[in-house]
Amino acid sequence: MVRVEMPQHLRTLAGVSAEVTVEVAGVVSIRTVLDALEALYPMLEGTIRDHGSLQRRAFLRFFVCEEDWSHEPMEKPLPEVIAAGKEPLLIIGAIAGGC
Amino acid sequence: MSKVRLLVGTRKGAFILTSDGKRDTWEISGPHFAGWEIYHMKGSPVNPERIYASQTSGWFGQVMQRSDDGGKTWEAVGNRFAYEGEAGTHQWYDGTPHPWEFKRVWHLEPSLAEAETVYAGAEDAALFKSTDGGQNWAELSGLRGHGTGPKWQPGAGGMCLHTVILDPKDTQRIYIAISAAGAFRTDDGGATWKPINKGLRSQYIPDPNAEVGHCVHHIAMHEKRPGVLFMQKHWDVMRSDDAGENWTEVSGNLPTDFGFVIDVHAHEPETLYVVPIKSDSEHFPMDGALRVYRSKTGGNEWEALTKGLPQKDCYVNVLRDAMAVDRMDECGVYFGTTGGQVYASPDGGESWNAIVRDLPAVLSVEVQTLP
Repeated sequence: MVRVEMPQHLRTLAGVSAEVTVEVAGVVSIRTVLDALEALYPMLEGTIRDHGSLQRRAFLRFFVCEEDWSHEPMEKPLPEVIAAGKEPLLIIGAIAGGC
Repeated sequence: MSKVRLLVGTRKGAFILTSDGKRDTWEISGPHFAGWEIYHMKGSPVNPERIYASQTSGWFGQVMQRSDDGGKTWEAVGNRFAYEGEAGTHQWYDGTPHPWEFKRVWHLEPSLAEAETVYAGAEDAALFKSTDGGQNWAELSGLRGHGTGPKWQPGAGGMCLHTVILDPKDTQRIYIAISAAGAFRTDDGGATWKPINKGLRSQYIPDPNAEVGHCVHHIAMHEKRPGVLFMQKHWDVMRSDDAGENWTEVSGNLPTDFGFVIDVHAHEPETLYVVPIKSDSEHFPMDGALRVYRSKTGGNEWEALTKGLPQKDCYVNVLRDAMAVDRMDECGVYFGTTGGQVYASPDGGESWNAIVRDLPAVLSVEVQTLP
């Protein structure tokens, strides 16, 4: 099981109060984790990545073992500690001001 | 006794304000969707407990919400808004071609006949329709595919389709308005559209009388007279008596004819309301005095309504979808401000009270008159 932490707004939208776990078959990558996450919580479709292009939304970031993976290929396999559920995949809102 | 329910969209969530027919005490629930921009909420005329909401965020994009219990609980529905076919380009601010990109839903217009059918006006300008309660959306692409589409340009707030008016007497007729393309009408349920901007005159565009390119801010119609339209343009208040074929200016004695909102009294089709705003470079009332102007003659002759409204040091704006009227015997008028106040007048504008003063900036106000 892969652990995923989301920003508060997405947790509220999905109706979950803490980190969630998803089952991923095959290669564990950001793309396959998001596929599994959206299958479990369809209301998240379009909020993390664009519906059509499946690109990451501009003001979200992916962090893996304290490293920013936002610009890594979505298909790149995640480290074993993520795949094994020892560490969570972090999806965070960029610290980007706003009003 | 009847009651009213106000649906207030703000920069940081939705609020629902309810009162009995007297409209002097109010209950406020919210924020719903705290922290998100709620551009618009509107209830179905067929089933008033069915409410649709547009929830958006710069971080997380567009979410659509639906309630079947008058706003107590909500369910996220479909948020996939795909332009039909080749997206094509419109004009960017510098005149160069720019690809159409979906950004958000500005306005929701539930069908007058089917609770499961609702229209969504989007930025970049397009009209979408759902016939399954908001789960799936299809573009009425004849609008964007109108031959003038490549000439449309965004206004300062984006290229938004912000007004959708359904003709209660002709199910095939829909009016829409886009900033800054202008007004359009379909007479065949959305398959084909025509610009209806004749008589609009917009200084500072290359051709002031152009077929498209006008910054229409809002249009209002009385349900009993669907061929008569009233428009608050960027500058100028306009009216049309022939379903938008021709427009004439009715700004009359307004102190400034810039503004965003316009609405029509529920029982008096010639009684109009606007909130004059000083100018496009100063989005606040003149002289720091918040004044609603009312015309009982369908325009041209206007009177200031000030009782209960701040008459000094007031520098808020009233955005295009932030005014509504109820259908009580004595028509109630409501508007919200960018300062977070929601004002109510239970007597057609004669006097005003702030229902609430410190909400986030108000983006939209709708009202439901309930049994």
